[in-house]
This record gives sequence, C-alpha cells and structure tokens, in this order.
Amino acid sequence: MADSFDMRFRHLRSRTPERSDHELVPEFAPDQQSIDLEPLSLESATVRVSRRTFLSGLGATSLIAGTVPLAAATPVAEPEQEQSETAEGSTVTLRINGKDYTLKNLDPRATLLDTLRERVHLTGTKKGCDHGQCGACTVHVNGRRVNSCLSFALMHEGDEITTIEGVGQPGNLHAMQAAFVEHDGYQCGYCTSGQIMSAVALLKEPIGESDDEVKQAMSGNICRCGAYTNILAAVKQVRSRA
Amino acid sequence: METFNYVKAPNVEKALAGAQQAKFIAGGTTLVDLMKLHVETPKTLVDINLLPLDKIEKLPDGGLRIGAMVRNSDLAWNDDVKKAYPVLSEALLSGASPQLRNMATTGGNLLQRTRCMYFREPSAGTPGGYGCNKRTPGSGCAAIEGFNRIHAILGTSDKCIATHPSDMCVAMAALEAVIHVEGPKGKRTIAFADFHKLPGDTPHIENALEPGDLITYVDLPKPVEGAKSTYLKLRDRASYEFALSSAAIVARVEGGHIRYIRVTMGGVGTKPWRSHEAEAALMGKPANAATFKAAAEAALAKAKPHKDNAFKVELAKRCLVRSLKTATATA
Repeated sequence: MADSFDMRFRHLRSRTPERSDHELVPEFAPDQQSIDLEPLSLESATVRVSRRTFLSGLGATSLIAGTVPLAAATPVAEPEQEQSETAEGSTVTLRINGKDYTLKNLDPRATLLDTLRERVHLTGTKKGCDHGQCGACTVHVNGRRVNSCLSFALMHEGDEITTIEGVGQPGNLHAMQAAFVEHDGYQCGYCTSGQIMSAVALLKEPIGESDDEVKQAMSGNICRCGAYTNILAAVKQVRSRA
Repeated sequence: METFNYVKAPNVEKALAGAQQAKFIAGGTTLVDLMKLHVETPKTLVDINLLPLDKIEKLPDGGLRIGAMVRNSDLAWNDDVKKAYPVLSEALLSGASPQLRNMATTGGNLLQRTRCMYFREPSAGTPGGYGCNKRTPGSGCAAIEGFNRIHAILGTSDKCIATHPSDMCVAMAALEAVIHVEGPKGKRTIAFADFHKLPGDTPHIENALEPGDLITYVDLPKPVEGAKSTYLKLRDRASYEFALSSAAIVARVEGGHIRYIRVTMGGVGTKPWRSHEAEAALMGKPANAATFKAAAEAALAKAKPHKDNAFKVELAKRCLVRSLKTATATA
C-alpha cells in the first residue's frame, strides 16, 4: 500500500512557518531564557548554553547536510504567504507563569505547545506524540491540566497558563518536583515535566486515596522508561503531606 | 496542517453567523488531532469557548440540562450527575485521560470521530492511499479486508465498519438524552437515538446535524425512580484506552423481576448501540443469570464479525451479563 511517507509527515513539514521567524543558527536569542530544568547536580554550571541551544545548532547543520530533498520539497515562502492571509487574530497576548507575552504574526496553526516552546522558549514542556496520547505536553490552563498539543495558541488569550517553569525552579522546587527527585521518579526525564504538571494538578482533583485511583489519575502520562512505581511514591508522599 | 481562518465567537448568534462554511472548535481534542492528520481541513474555525453554555442546571420537570461546553471532567464530577445518573459519570471517567477530559466538551464528544486506523491515515481516501468511504465516498473500505480487530460487529455495512468510540454517548443513549441544536433553520431538538446515523451507503454522514448547526444543550430526562445504573468497559489495558466492548445499563427490579430496562453498548457498534432485542428479552423477566444470558444472546444475534474481531461477539455477551448482574443486584 502506498502509504506515503511524504503524506504522513506532511503536518510536520508544514509547521516550518511557525519557525520561520527563528534563524536556524546556534545563536542565543535575546529573549531566550535557559530554563530547561537541569539536573540539580549541574546547578553550579555557569555555562549558559542550554541543551536546546546546543542541539538546535547541531540540527541546523545536519538539516543542511542531510535532508536537502525534504527542505526543497517545502519552500518556506509558500506557507508564509498563507500566514499573511490570516491577518485576523495573528497577534495574541498570552499570560504564562504570571507574565504577559505579546506574540506577533502567530500562525493560527500554532499549537499552545509549539508556541510555548518555539516562540516563548519555555522548553520545559515537551513534545512527545503531538496527538494527546502521551501527556508529555501537559500544562495548566486556569489551574487545570490539559494537553497543550491539542489546543491552538490563539484560543488562549485571557487564560492563565502555567508551565513547569512556573511551578518551581532549581533552588525553589515545588514539593512535587522535590518528591520526584527524592523518589527518582524518572530515568530519561523526557516525560517528567508532564508527569509533574499532572501530579500537581491532581492535588486539587477529587481523586481517591488508593494506589489504583492515583495510578488512574496519572494514566494520561506515559513513561517509556517505566518509572511508574517511583512516580506513584512521589505523588503519594506529597498528597499525604498536603 | 492546512491553514485556516480563526474567529472567536462571543455569543451564540455570532457563532452561527457564517458557520455553514466553518467548523466549531471547543476542546479541540478530536478536531486538532484530525487536522494534524489531514483528516479534517476546515477553512474557518469558529472558537466557541466563550459561549455561555458551560452550566449544568436542574430542569423544572426533574431532568438535568447540560450545556454543550461543559467539560467531561466537570460533568463526571457534578454532584447531581453522580447521584442521579451514575452511569454517565462512570462512562465519562472511563474515557480518555484526565487532561483530555478537562478539555473535551459535552457537545464535542457527541461528534467524536472513529478511531479506525484507516480513517485516521493521512492519505486515506486519496489516490494511492487506503480506501475510506468515510473520508471519500466511493473510495472503498480498507478495514473490511484489512486489520479490523477494533472494528464494529453491529450496525456495519459493506461500505464501513468503523466503531463509534465514545463512552459518554453510550451512557446518554441509555438515559435517552435529548440534544438541543441551534442553526440556520432555528432551534430544534433531536432524540438521542436519532442523532447518530448508521453508515449504510453514506458513512461520511455521521449524525443528524446540518451545516451550520450548533449543539447547545443536552437534556437528561428525570431519573427513573428506583432504577440503578452502571457502566462497564472492557479494553486492552485498564485505563486510557478505547472500549473493545462496553455496556450501559439502567434497570429497575421489583419483586425479583425486571420492570424497567435500558441496554446500550459501546465498542461494538457503528453508533452508540441500543439493544432493543436485549431489552425485550429482559423486560418482565426474573433478574437472574439465565435471563441475562438470553438477553446477551439476543443482543448479539445479528452480529457480523470480521477476520480479526470475532472475539468481540463473546466479549460483548459477557460484558452484558456482568453489567446486568451489577445493575440488578439488590444488595
């Protein structure tokens, strides 16, 4: 069956315009904050090159070297035209972690997830499946946990958005973040910010006391490393002390 | 994703203006997903999140009015729903994840689209892609001869065997909800049983809505006095998974005999499936294992399994027997 690779990944390629206002060079953008939650042991490191800045530099190089046909197949100019057609709603102010961010020329297709990561550079929120199946992108909107990949940024003007960066920072961790550290609630760490956002939200939800009920309440967050037992221990500890 | 115009509607009137060429977006949990897959390609999105349809109110006749924008989690945790319609609360909490339930709305869930993997394939219904009559009428159905473990065994046609995925709808079918719609032709109500359409020769037509129609409320009739209800969902894993078979039962037993019964099923039908056959086999009969078994046989008598989903026939029967036992237990 000609289940074409091109078609299947078309949605990924057509996201290019959202990034078009960023240069694909490993340059530190002035508004970029190095806010990835870094391992505590690295807290003393003063090098302010984030993992992201470093990797996106590598990405730019390999893109040029390796995937010319893909890049050639999607002229960046074409979607930009479409972007200018949708003048309405293209400037939006989002309130994130108590701060207002005015974003100009925002593509209506930009999800809240991509906007947080690519425009506001709050990269603690992770993109896993991009289809609401893994929970890595979990953030709070008006205090409730949601999948930021399934929502357009334009829909969130006036909302109070909280990301992992707004929950706590190294040196001033939220009790849930500290409990994840204490109980080793992760291995690779990719799902961790989503797990913690879910765990913080469930403190305010009518969830029962049993392990089964807590597991059920955390089931929207998938951990490929299988740190579930430790995650459960962390959540239970914070709930018992709340 | 194809680009689109985005409009935020401040009220119902504004939402309806020009909506015929547009799609409404509420929680986005189905629509955004399917837009990324090129299944949905709306030219205009009308954001209805500001509409004042987010209340749950008691009706004078003892029923309950649910605004179309009420989120699944709010509906599931509502005290009136938990007390008077536990089957609905249980069904909602068995579906999706807490994050998705915080986003997904009552109106949106009525329009939830199938998880058929051929339907969800970006190129389905296009030349060179899988056949999908839901995507492109006349392009065929890849599921009928393909991998069809999750597909329907009731209400299918030779054009489509896609399963209706909603849990909420199964409970609402058992509760005989009424859907309120506002559109270009004014306001009207649609009985739950008439809302979802069988695929027949037109699987691309999934419900009774017409272009520009907006779901505004869902009314639940007054709870049946003395009745108990339950929702049982069977699936490949214990949570965050679609039903392979589910059942919603509303039953009243008096003197050991069944005096009121509604039987609906999920995971096995092309629409939220009400089994009048099972109800007929139960009504007036003693509430015991033999009756439940006979009802389950009646419910599945017309089942049409395919290559990979024959197991669903037995699974659905056992699902019915178990849930009937729970709903009619006297203790």
